[in-house]
This record gives sequence, C-alpha cells and structure tokens, in this order.
Amino acid sequence: MPRGGAPVTSAIELRGIVKRFPGVVANSNIDLELRHGEVHALLGENGAGKSTLMSVLAGIYQPDAGSILIDGEPIALRSPRDAIQAGIAMVHQHFRLVKPFTVAENVLLGARTSWLLSPGRLEAEVADLAQQAGLKASPSARIWQLSVGEQQRVEILKALYRKARVLILDEPTAVLTPQEAEALFVTLRSMAADGRTVVFVSHKLSEVMSVADRITVLRGGKHVGTLETASTDEHRLAHLMVGRDIAFESARAPGEAGEIVLRVDDLHALSDLGLPAVRGASLSVRAGEILGLAGVAGNGQRELAEALAGTRPPTRGRIELYGADLTRASARRRIEAGLAYVPEDRLGTGLVGAMDATANVMLKSLSKHRRGPLLDYRSAARRTKDLVEQFGIKMSSLDAPVRLMSGGNLQKLLLARELSSSPRVVIAAHPTAGLDVGATEAVHELLLEQRASGVGILLISEDLDELLMLSDRIAVMYEGEIAGEVSADDADLERIGLMMGGTGADAPPMAAGGG
Amino acid sequence: MKPAGGLRPRLVKRLLPSRRIRVAVRLIALLGAFAVAGIFLQATGRGAGAVYRAMWTGSFGSPYGQAQTILAAIPLIFTALAVAVAFRMLLWNIGAEGQFYIGAFGATAVAYSAPDWPRWLLLAAMVVGGLVGGALWGLIPGALRAFFGTNEIVPTLLLNYVAILLVDYMVNGPWTDPATLGFPLGKPFSESAILPLVGNTAIHSGIYLALAAALSVSMVLSRTAWGYKIKVIGSNARAASYAGFSIPRNMVAVMLLSGALAGLGGMVEVSGVVHKIQANISPGFGYTGIIVATLARFSPIYLVPMAVLFGALVVSGTELQTLGLPSDIVLMLQGVILFFALAGELFVNYRLVWRAGTVSDHPSTPAPVSNRAADLEQAG
Repeated sequence: MPRGGAPVTSAIELRGIVKRFPGVVANSNIDLELRHGEVHALLGENGAGKSTLMSVLAGIYQPDAGSILIDGEPIALRSPRDAIQAGIAMVHQHFRLVKPFTVAENVLLGARTSWLLSPGRLEAEVADLAQQAGLKASPSARIWQLSVGEQQRVEILKALYRKARVLILDEPTAVLTPQEAEALFVTLRSMAADGRTVVFVSHKLSEVMSVADRITVLRGGKHVGTLETASTDEHRLAHLMVGRDIAFESARAPGEAGEIVLRVDDLHALSDLGLPAVRGASLSVRAGEILGLAGVAGNGQRELAEALAGTRPPTRGRIELYGADLTRASARRRIEAGLAYVPEDRLGTGLVGAMDATANVMLKSLSKHRRGPLLDYRSAARRTKDLVEQFGIKMSSLDAPVRLMSGGNLQKLLLARELSSSPRVVIAAHPTAGLDVGATEAVHELLLEQRASGVGILLISEDLDELLMLSDRIAVMYEGEIAGEVSADDADLERIGLMMGGTGADAPPMAAGGG
Repeated sequence: MKPAGGLRPRLVKRLLPSRRIRVAVRLIALLGAFAVAGIFLQATGRGAGAVYRAMWTGSFGSPYGQAQTILAAIPLIFTALAVAVAFRMLLWNIGAEGQFYIGAFGATAVAYSAPDWPRWLLLAAMVVGGLVGGALWGLIPGALRAFFGTNEIVPTLLLNYVAILLVDYMVNGPWTDPATLGFPLGKPFSESAILPLVGNTAIHSGIYLALAAALSVSMVLSRTAWGYKIKVIGSNARAASYAGFSIPRNMVAVMLLSGALAGLGGMVEVSGVVHKIQANISPGFGYTGIIVATLARFSPIYLVPMAVLFGALVVSGTELQTLGLPSDIVLMLQGVILFFALAGELFVNYRLVWRAGTVSDHPSTPAPVSNRAADLEQAG
C-alpha cells in the first residue's frame, strides 16, 4: 500500500522493454509498473540498466522492442518533448540550468508558453510552485547564488511547471548533505501524496528503504524483482541487487596505529578562482590507520588533496611526510617519497583517457620502465598484465583507450597503479564515487589491505557509511577547516552530518537543531 | 505527433574508428576534392582533364617534374614536422615560415663567415646555424606560452614577419651581392657551403636530412620517455602535472624542437637549392606545412607522402602558367583538399545513419549529446 494513501492505479506501464547498444543488451525485456501517488525506487548497480530504462521513459532513447502505456493507453515517446507533453519529467544528475539566469527564467526555458513574457506573472506563478518544490530561494535569485541542493529544487520546480505527473530523479542525493537529503525525501513524499508518481533511481540501500513505497531491482539489464518496502530489508535488497550477500559490518580489523606519517599543519591554499579554499587545515595520519575526511563537496577537500599531492601550491602552512618537510616539494619528489594519490576525477586527472592501459600504468613510474631515453614498453605491458589479473580488472584489450572502460574498472586500474607503487601514504579522494556495490567492496578491501600493511591512508569521501566502515578516525572538513574529529567507534551520523553542515562541532547532538 | 514516414539522417559516433575507415574516408575526401575542383577548372575553358594532365606532366609525369616535386617536398617535410611536433602538445606553431627564414639566416651567416672551411665541417656548422636560429625563433613564443600563458598562435604568426623582414634587410644591405646591381640577392655561397647532389640526379642530399628528421621525430615521439611525456601533456595536462611532469619546461622544449626543425629546413633550402640567401626564399612553405601536417593527422611518417603530394601541387603551378592559366589554381586546389579532408574527419568519427522519425523529432537535441549518453551507457 502506498503510504501516500492515494488509490492504487497504474500511472505508467513499461512492457517488455528491450534496448540494445552495440555489444550490450542494456535492457532485456523489462516490465515496470508505476502507480499514482507512489515513490518508486529503481535500484541497481552501475550498468544494471537503470539509466537506460529511465532514458527510454523520458523519451531520450527509443526502445528496440516493448511498449509504454500511460493510464492504460499505449504511447510512443519519440523525444524528450513527447515525454514532457505526456507529463514525464526527469531530473538529471548533472543539472541543466543556465547559471547566470534567474530561477524563474530557468523555469521558463524550453517550456511551452506564449511568446510574450510577463515577468511579474511568471514570478508569481513560480513562487507558488517553488513552495511545492520546497525551494526557499526567491524566483528572482540567480542560479549561481544557490546551493547545489537548491539548484536541484529548481530542477524539480521546472518539472512541476511543465505539469509533470511522473518525476524521475537520477541519483538525486549524490550531491546533498544528509540533512538536505532528508528534506528532499520530505518533498518527494509530499509530491506523492498529491498523487504524482516519483521514480527514485539510486544504488544506496538505506535511502531507498527510507523514501520508497515500492522498490524495483534491476541486475544485468533484467528485472529481478519489485518489492513493497514495508516487507523487505536492506539485506534482501542487496542480495537481489548483486546476486549475493554483501558484508555490511566493518571489515576493519582492530589495528595498531604507528608513528605519524603525514602531518599537515595550518595549511592554506587557494581555489582555481583564486579564493581561499583551504583555510588553516591541520591533521595527521598514522601508519596503519585510515583517517576519514568527511564533508560536503566544495569545502576544500579537493584543494587540500591537491596541495598534499603537489599540484596546488600551498600559500601557508606545512606538510610533513615521515618528518621531512615537503611543503614546497614538487609532485615528482612527493611521488618518490612514497605518496600515492587517487584523485576524485579519474579520467580528468588520474588517467589519460585517450591512452591505453599500459601507457596509463607507467604514468607515474617512468623511471622504472625505461632504458636510457627509450621507453621499455615490454616491461610496462608485463606489469599491466599482472595488475589486471591481480586486481580483477576487466577490459576489452590492453591497447584500447582506457576511456572505453567502465567506471569501476577505471577506478581499479587507478588504484592498482597507485597501490602497486608500494606507497607509504595514500590519499584517496572519493574512491568509490559512482561505483557499484561489487566494485565498491573491492576498493574497500584494497584500502584495508594497505592499512593492514602499515600504510597511512587519508580517505576523502562523502559517503558516511563508507567512512564509518573503513576509518579509524573521522575528521570533518567545513569551509576549508577541520571542523572536528571523532573516533569511528563512537561516531554518530547526526553529529557528523551537523558538522558537515557547519553547526555544532562541539555542541551535543541533541541540543543542535536542524542545521 | 505523427510519424512522417520519411528517413532522416543522423550522426552516430564511432567509438573506435577502424584503420580501414580512416584510410577510406581520407582517400574519398581527396578524390572528392579533385572532382569538385574539376568543376571550377572546367569553367576556365581548358577542360578539367587537360588541366589535370598538365599538372601531372609538370609534377610526376616527367623526370624533370619528379625531381622538382621532390625538391619542393623537402622543405615541406621540415615545416610540417615542426607543426606536427608542436601539435603533440596541442600547440599551434603558425610560425614555421619565420623559423624557416631564420634557419636560412643562421646557416647563411655561417656560410659567409667561414667560406673556406672544408665542406663537411662547413655544412655541419651550417646545420647547427639553422637549428639554433629556428630554435630561438620557437623559444620566444614557447617561453611566452609556458611562463606567461600567452597564446602561441599570434606570437608565432607575427614573428614570421620579423624573420622575413630581417632577411630582406640583410639581402638589401650587409649581404647584398654588388654584382646584381641592387637586386635583393645575397652573394653566392662558396663551393663547400653547397649540399652535394644525390648521384646524378637534380636532387640534393638534403633529402636524407629530411627523411632522417622524420624518422627521428617519429622515434622520439613514440619510443622515448620524453615523447611519452609530451603525449600525456597534450592529451591530459592535469594528469601530466599530477604525474609530476613539468608542463612549462616541456612546452619550451617542444617549441625549441619545433623551431629547430623548421630552421633546418631553411638551411637545407639555401644550401641545397638557392645556393645563396635571397628575399622570398619560401613561397609559404611554413603555411603549406600546416596543411600537410594536418592532412597527415600530425604523423611524422605520413606527412612525408603528403609533403610529396603538396610538393607536386606547388611544382605543377609552373606548368599551368605555360598553359596560360594562373598558378593560383594550385592554391585553390590546396584549399579544396583541406576542406574535404576536414569535412571527412567528421565521417571518421561519426557515421551517418538513416532513421525513421517524426518531422519535429527533437531538432534541438544535437547528435553528439545523445551519443555521449550512449558512450557512457556502454562504458557502464
């Protein structure tokens, strides 16, 4: 039974949807029924076919077979415009907003209205809908002035303005703080209560459990089950999603933290725009421990990681690796000193997409793979082959450009390269972002292995579950500073969430209000 | 919306264009260019067939033409190499023309100051003079780009005029040959400043230098650690600095090498063909080199046959003049070939498919966007 209390009727039916891409069947004969007034979660690993299925529903792809019924009537959705006309709107993971425009102007873009604009009436109309979408900002605010969470609300507002009855959200919480996600869930529930259908695409089990009425699980392009949320649990879902049980408990064995291997003292660094991004961050990592660094994206984590890796000059402060001052050292010297860095931006920074796996593997160990000025491709290819086997990396061929690899395999390749250099300190930035459960687990195991062998790890992540599972200590970064630090054993999510939102580093969790 | 029933063309991205596709598309582009240019030639009243026949005779169809074609290809190999090397790092060296002139200037300075040295020593010194001159001319825009972020295109282009005018000044002043009564020509080189001919052909031994340069550049780029670094920097500068490669230092190095290659071309030209310095030693070799390198997809090996083709075009212009036609027809042909080749690149990376669709089938969605989604889908 939908929690919204609306009558149970089918809003949309997808029947036998088949979508093939060269070499891949992304959707194989998928049936999906969406009801009026429900929040329906679509759960699955990367590559399970969620995005393809939703793109079919949003008119972006044409299915190779199968039919779509709206309120029992078959309909052909040949373009996103058709879908919008049929009342189906999609909120993409990457927002499609024009930053210098106002909220109202963005809402108007592409919508079918009369050609004569009446700004006053438009803003009044938008203000009304904004309340429904849970957007507190004024319709005349410009997009760049809004937080990511608010921008997402503008996307929802756009859908409402186009009279969408079915709203598809693709991984909507990926960019939100826990508090923002909670608030989003409230909005989604109230939209369902109004009789709308909300499709919530995710691979996060806890979110799906807390927001959805029903959950459809896809695996390998096939429909493996649709369940009532009330009569299932995370373990069952995880089992359906990956076809096996996943370890939820911390795999982290009690370890002996050794001496301090990385010490950062009052570090300052500028952002790409030249504004202060890291503003006096201090932390230390010991051998054989994982220090988790939590925080909402954009609070200086990337700049901190780059300052540590040597690709962003610190403006003040000190970086020590094994007691040696590396504050001004080049990236090369830091690599030689045993610092490995797994950047968040795999293809943008960590790997060269146009080059093959071998060329990527030798990126940071050129000195090992050369004879005089000449490159020793053969030894690099041998090492690549070993890494591919050892780390279970799947790729079509060793000499295909790596940009053709899937996210999980790219990340494994990146980790394989970084970890096989026998580092002493590893900085891992969002190492599991966008990965499916299986790949995430593999990455976690790799990090824990490193920890067990005495490597000091700084793990930057937005996924609190991950941080709790892996870290010995968790520090929270907020506006370029370390807002607080907790031991992983007595950490509670709410307190960390509040620190991430900039409140109550020291206040007891109960007393601090809602961020 | 009703289906219109018709088929609409759409571009679909090829993930990995096969070698066969790439070769086929380029051959078709070349033939298409000659076909379209033929329509214009027909309009000259001489008949396209006759013009093409004359061009063939003037370039490949006679021993004299063949030698002239090779002689014109040699400087093009050097300037195209200069462009190709810079482009490895995504730098546009529009200044090969100027670097060519300065290379000629450097070699000439050596030739005039030590005319009595033994031939091997003087030629070696002239090679150094050409390399150093060209390298310096590449260094200026390279350093500006590396250390101040100045776009390299405008400085390389403007330095061409500086180099050309410098040579103009020298041949009208200090280096002028009094015997020519005021013509902008330098004094003839001594015997030992002249590159020997190959066997009993009209081709000078600069061809060995050109081929050796192409092979070495190819080796350096594909087999050495430095070449690898350059490629990484050109493909993904962030990854390069993450790996600890110095971008400014390598950028300067690439522009030094690029300029040196064009400069060597200038040395070979004065020493092998002109046997003195003079104004207008290059009929735009530096610019044609850009076309040659682009058409060869910046491959140091493929640009050699491409240089021969363009050498033939340059030479056949003379033959056209004997027919009473303007030699500028050759420039038109070069342009048409470039247009077709660039348009052809679209079909290397995308294929055209015909799909049924509605008339107003989301015309606002450009093909590459939806294809990007398909890429991601496949990768996932």
